[in-house]
Amino acid sequence: MTESAGHQQTTQQRVAASLRRRYAAEMRFRAYGVFAVAVGLLFVAFLFTSIISKGYTAFEQTYVAVDVVYSPELIDPAGSRLAETLQAADYQAVLRASLRAEFPQFEGRTSLRHLYGTVSNSAEQVLRDRVLANPALIGGHERVWLLAHGHIDMFVKGQIDRNLPESARPISDEEIAWVDALQTAHRVQIRFNKAFFTAGDSREPEQAGVAGALAGSALTLFMALLLSFPIGVAAAVYLEEFAPKNVWTDIIEVNINNLAAVPSIVFGLLGLAMFIQFFGLPRSVPLVGGLVLSLMTLPTIIITGRASLKAVPPSIREAAFGMGASPMQMVLHHVLPLALPGVLTGTIIGMARALGESAPLLMIGMVAFIVDVPHGLSDPSTVLPVQIYLWAQSPERAFVERTSGAIMVLLGFLLLMNAVAVILRNRFERRW
Amino acid sequence: MIVVILLLASIAFQWAKHRAISLVGGTRGIRNLHSLPAYYGMYVALWCALPALAVLGVWHLFGDRVVIGMVLAQMPLAFQNLPADQAGLLLNDLRNVVAGAIPMDTVRPEIVAAAHHWQQLNAQSAVAGGLLALSVAIIVGVLALRTVRSDLRARNRVEKMAEWALLASSGIAVLTTVGILASVLYEAIHFFHFVSPIDFLFGTTWSPQMAMRDDQVGSSGAFGAVPLFAGTLLIALIALVVSVPVGLFSAIFLAEYAVRSVRTVIKPLLEILAGIPTVVYGFFAALTVGPLLRDFGVSVGLTVASESALSAGLVMGVMIIPFISSIADDMITAVPQSLRDGAYALGATRSETIRNVVLPAALPGIVGGVLLAASRAIGETMIVVMAAGLSANLTANPFQAVTTVTVQIATLLVGDSEFDSPKTLAAFALGLVLFFATLVLNVIALKVVRKYREQYD
Repeated sequence: MTESAGHQQTTQQRVAASLRRRYAAEMRFRAYGVFAVAVGLLFVAFLFTSIISKGYTAFEQTYVAVDVVYSPELIDPAGSRLAETLQAADYQAVLRASLRAEFPQFEGRTSLRHLYGTVSNSAEQVLRDRVLANPALIGGHERVWLLAHGHIDMFVKGQIDRNLPESARPISDEEIAWVDALQTAHRVQIRFNKAFFTAGDSREPEQAGVAGALAGSALTLFMALLLSFPIGVAAAVYLEEFAPKNVWTDIIEVNINNLAAVPSIVFGLLGLAMFIQFFGLPRSVPLVGGLVLSLMTLPTIIITGRASLKAVPPSIREAAFGMGASPMQMVLHHVLPLALPGVLTGTIIGMARALGESAPLLMIGMVAFIVDVPHGLSDPSTVLPVQIYLWAQSPERAFVERTSGAIMVLLGFLLLMNAVAVILRNRFERRW
Repeated sequence: MIVVILLLASIAFQWAKHRAISLVGGTRGIRNLHSLPAYYGMYVALWCALPALAVLGVWHLFGDRVVIGMVLAQMPLAFQNLPADQAGLLLNDLRNVVAGAIPMDTVRPEIVAAAHHWQQLNAQSAVAGGLLALSVAIIVGVLALRTVRSDLRARNRVEKMAEWALLASSGIAVLTTVGILASVLYEAIHFFHFVSPIDFLFGTTWSPQMAMRDDQVGSSGAFGAVPLFAGTLLIALIALVVSVPVGLFSAIFLAEYAVRSVRTVIKPLLEILAGIPTVVYGFFAALTVGPLLRDFGVSVGLTVASESALSAGLVMGVMIIPFISSIADDMITAVPQSLRDGAYALGATRSETIRNVVLPAALPGIVGGVLLAASRAIGETMIVVMAAGLSANLTANPFQAVTTVTVQIATLLVGDSEFDSPKTLAAFALGLVLFFATLVLNVIALKVVRKYREQYD
């Protein structure tokens, strides 16, 4: 009796003695959890601040005011004022003459090259358009706001350090002096970068925009949606409502689950070997891109579609049968409409994933440098994520900003699609 | 043409509907019909459209080849007996001339003649195909229309067709897998004619540049893929080392400790990481993490390549965190509360319960999730393409640049590639290895996860 009481005493003592250690372990364990979550959130914050801080300047662009002298000798020496003559005139020479006249301190070949290089080469086109619209300008002069070259733009935005030695930065001391002089004369402006959303790709960073890539993405997604939505819904309906339980449907099921986990680049190989090599479809077109992406998103749509069909209670089906509906009528008139919000949510999420996908599209040649905005399913084009990849490979400093800007546009669209999916789910999905 | 057929089908729909109604003497007699009138319409419309569309499709698929054959047969004999590669070039020229990409006056007269012939045949073929499809539509449509009677089981027939369509849709998934296998396997076997599978799987030098001329230096064309496998595994391992502890512990925290309000805020925030496109991670790895690691390496006296395995692996790990945490979360919440209650009743603290009861119970599922994550890390492309580099080093040093299977596939196939050089075909062999590796991982993982889920249901 005493012995057992003594034993109990020691157990209690032992427990009491170990409590401190055990509670400390508890606290430590909890701290690991908090730490892990904090690390995850830190990564999210780091990623976003890094991209936004690099990219927000892409939405602004530097313009400089240049006094352009439209000298008749250079544009239209014969004085005919014919549209063809005005069209074919050398506006680069006009611009260069104007720059030389205004900044006589630039002398010698290298200096002059620096001077000419300060204005983007799109300026010619601007001047041509102005003269064509109003030939009366010839002989006069006016102050025109022209797009600055990418290096100047970077400098004005403070992304090139003026204290670096001249050889370590892309713009020369002369150019810095030029910009400073213009700035004191209020002839440098930072404006909203409309061209970023209206222009296609370009070799010159200051003229490059995402419009071409956006149009390509839209066409590709349209194609993918056109195929994968009906096929995905049909497959989900079949597997959930009609399929008999046998080996074949088992195979189909396992297959779909595996397809969902096949690396995306393998779908690219399929697209290259099957659609381009075997069927002879052209490269770099949204048609093939959409085909590949639809095969890729199909498993997602089927899996989410089945889940939302499964969520419709059996009583609905029994009621429909009770009213004399055939199985097909039961599905089409009752079950599918009730499951539709869930199916649409799954489709939007699948499309969002397809929008961000780039690896399979590299395989089928959607990495070409394409300036024109595509207008049809068979126009060569690229898509937004691939455009990001292409710009990220460019060595020019100004493209870093463009890349981050394009990433922000892409993330914006993804956010929009996911928000729509969430709203759809909350608004229309029924809990039974 | 498709529009015309669809128009025809809709006319057939109306016609059959009215015929069905008039058969039983107007709308009042509808109850004497077996099915609703619209089903009769649908029945005839389907018969009208489907065979015609099928004919059109077949014509489109094979018409071109027949036309090419006929054009070649008409050409002078000298052109017909060319070796295969020159014939291909000739055909390409012809195609370009026909498409208008090459002006007519820059090519030889024989080709111009052939191009004209081709254009003529093309026009004829289009007209003939269209007429054939149209007549099929009309004939089959009329035949179907004649079968419309009051006791025709139109609804059942239409529904049977719809069911077949549904079955065909779900068959697309199987076809996709077959397509992947066929295309990858076919080209890979082609590749193994050039390079033996043993050399490919166990060789330790990878330099896929083939010598164009015999005297070219430094282009040996070695296809030993071991450095690629090693690089892939190294990066995947780094990714898992980052993501498994972080993902697992955040899942434990969210599932067991966090109060509801914290959970509803933090969980979606972490899942943002899963929704970010991989190209964004690639950019982040190449332009932010890579230079950061290199500078850090300089400051502690290590040489870190700016395209190191470490930066790619780290960022890939970040990408996988939400994947692991959401699977682990599911598995932990699937452990029945009664097990926890039992442990608490024995006096265990929370962490002891988690470590000794909940985690062992959830372990198979978590392992399955980690395997899925590993397969994703192996198949990930954009991050490694942008951040890991191209040099095929056989090294276990994470500070060096390595290359992976996916990087090589992407770089070998980007740009215009011809399907007869081992360089291009090597990509398909690599794709085959990748497909099977991820397939095996996925099958095991899915099996483990599913088996575990059933345990507590």
